[in-house]
Amino acid sequence: MKILVALKQVPDTETKIKVAADGRSLDPADVKWITSPYDEYALEEAIRIKEGKGAEVVALSVGGDSVKEVLKNALALGADTAVLLKGDGQGDAFAVAQMIAAYAKDKGFDLILCGNKGLGGDNAAMGPMLAELMGIGQANVVVKLELGEGTFKAEREIEGGTEIVEGALPAVITAQKGLNEPRYASLKGIMAAKKKTIEEVDAAPATTGAQISALALPPERPAGRRLEGDAAAQAQALLQALKDEAKVF
Amino acid sequence: MTSMILVFCELKDGQIRKPSLEVLSEGRRLADAAGKQLGALFAGASCAGSAEAAKYGADVILTAEGPALTSYSSDVFAAVLAEAVKSKGATVLLAAATAVGKDVAPRAAARLGAGYASDVTGLSMVDGKLQAVRPVYAGKAFATTSFASAVQVATTRPNVFPAAEKAAAGTTEALAVPASDFKSVVKEILAKASGKVDLSEANVIVSGGRGMKDGANFKILEDLADALGGVVGASRAAVDAGWGLPHSMQVGQTGKVVSPTLYIACGISGAIQHIAGMSGSKFIVAINKDPEAPIFKLADYGIVGDLFEVVPELTKAAKAMGIGSN
Repeated sequence: MKILVALKQVPDTETKIKVAADGRSLDPADVKWITSPYDEYALEEAIRIKEGKGAEVVALSVGGDSVKEVLKNALALGADTAVLLKGDGQGDAFAVAQMIAAYAKDKGFDLILCGNKGLGGDNAAMGPMLAELMGIGQANVVVKLELGEGTFKAEREIEGGTEIVEGALPAVITAQKGLNEPRYASLKGIMAAKKKTIEEVDAAPATTGAQISALALPPERPAGRRLEGDAAAQAQALLQALKDEAKVF
Repeated sequence: MTSMILVFCELKDGQIRKPSLEVLSEGRRLADAAGKQLGALFAGASCAGSAEAAKYGADVILTAEGPALTSYSSDVFAAVLAEAVKSKGATVLLAAATAVGKDVAPRAAARLGAGYASDVTGLSMVDGKLQAVRPVYAGKAFATTSFASAVQVATTRPNVFPAAEKAAAGTTEALAVPASDFKSVVKEILAKASGKVDLSEANVIVSGGRGMKDGANFKILEDLADALGGVVGASRAAVDAGWGLPHSMQVGQTGKVVSPTLYIACGISGAIQHIAGMSGSKFIVAINKDPEAPIFKLADYGIVGDLFEVVPELTKAAKAMGIGSN
C-alpha cells in the first residue's frame, strides 16, 4: 500500500502575530515555524499503518527551501521518501490542492492523509478540495481509522458526538487530535534521515480561488471589572451585571 | 436574470437547523444589498420542513429529494450543491460552518473551480463579489478574503450572524438527484446521549481548566451550565491532564473555536492557545484564584476567588433569579 502524507509548515502556537508592511501577510520576523500539529497526527497514522500491515509512506510539502525542515522531520519519524513541491504552500487552499492533485494523480496512492486544517490558516479546505480534484472519497476530522481490503472505516467528529464514514480507497483522510499520540523522532531515525534525499519537483501551475487582501489584529477588549465581596456577593453581583449591563439573560 | 445567492440548509427532525437559519438571514441581507435573489437549497431523503426558509427570506426553495440522499455522502452532496449552483446561475454559495457544512462546501467549491473561505464572521458584497472576514491564527488576527473565482463559496461560523425573520415568496422547485454511486457515506451516528447543543453552537459555555484539580469536579460546572442553559467546555490543560475528559470538550487552538454570548472560564489561566479558541465570545467571565492570571486581561467581569466556592454560589443565585430559562 502506498500512502501520501501532505504536511504544512505553520507558525507555532505561541507566535505573536504582527502584520507585515504589505498589510496582508504575517510579519515573518521572530516567527518559529513548525509542522502543523494536525499533520503530525496524519503522519503518525501513516507510520502506524506501515508498521501494522506494511506500506510505503511518502511525505510531501509545498513551499520553498524552508519546508525541507518539515520533510526532514517526517523522514526521521519514519516516512520512506520525501517530496518538496516547489510552489506557494502558504497561500490559497484551492491552489495548493491543485498542485498536490497534479503531483499525486498518476502515482497510485491508496491513501492520502493530512491534517483536518493547517494551524493558523484554519480553513480546513485543502483535504476535501484535494479529494474532489482527484475524484476520490473523503473523511474529515477523523479520530479513528480502520482500513480493510480497498476500503476504509473512519470515525469523525460531528456536533455532539461522532459518526462512522465508510468508503472505498483511495481516499483522503484528514486527521483530528485524538486519532493517535504522535511519537518523537529517535536518534536512529534522525541519523537515517540524514542519508535520505528530498526529491524536489516544480509544482504544476494552479489557479487561485481566494486570497487575503488584508490582515488585521482584533480590536483590544476594553478593560473589564473585578467583582468585590465574598463568594456569594460576587456571584450575585456577576449575575446582576450580566442581566442589566450585558443583557445576556 | 438576476443572479442568485444560494444557501445550503440543513434539516434536523423536520426543522431547519439554527446555524442554517443564521446563514439564510445573512444571505438575505447580502441579496438585498446586491440586488440578487436568495435561494435555499435542501438535500435528503425528505426535505419536509424546508418551507420554513420562506420566513427567513428565501425567494426560491430548491429541494433535492431521493433515497440516494438518505445518508450523507461528501461526494454526492457536493455534486448536488455544485449542480444547483450551475443550474441556477448562482454566483455565491453559502453554508453554515457545521460538521456537514465544512465537509461539503470546500468539496463543492473545488468542483466549481471556486475559492472558499471557512468559518467566516463577516460578509459583504464588493463590486458584485463576495468578500469575507474570517479569524486566522485561531482568532489572533482577522483576514479579509477576496475571491478570484467567478463563483464564491463560504461557510459562516455558528452563533455569529443573527437569525432574523424576513418573509419572501419561497417558490418551491424540485431538483434532479444524481445516481447514488458514492465514494464514501455515513453509516452510523454515535451521538452523545446528553442531547445538548454542541460547544461550537452554544450560547453559554462554562469551561474548566487546570484549577478544577480533577475530572470529577466538573460536576459543579455541569450544575452551573444547567442552571444557565449552557454547556461545559475544558481547556487543553484539563483535557490532557488524564482526568478522562473527552477531546470533544476542548476549547482552543487544537480544540473547538467557540463564539457564545457568555463564556465563563473557571480555573483557566488563559494560555494563548486557549484564548485563541474563545476570544470571539461576546462576554467573558473569569474566575481564578490568581489575580495575575492572563485571562483577567480578556475578561469583562473578573472574580478573584476560589472557584469551588464561587461556582456553587453562582448556580444557587442563577436558580434563585430564574436565569437560564431562555
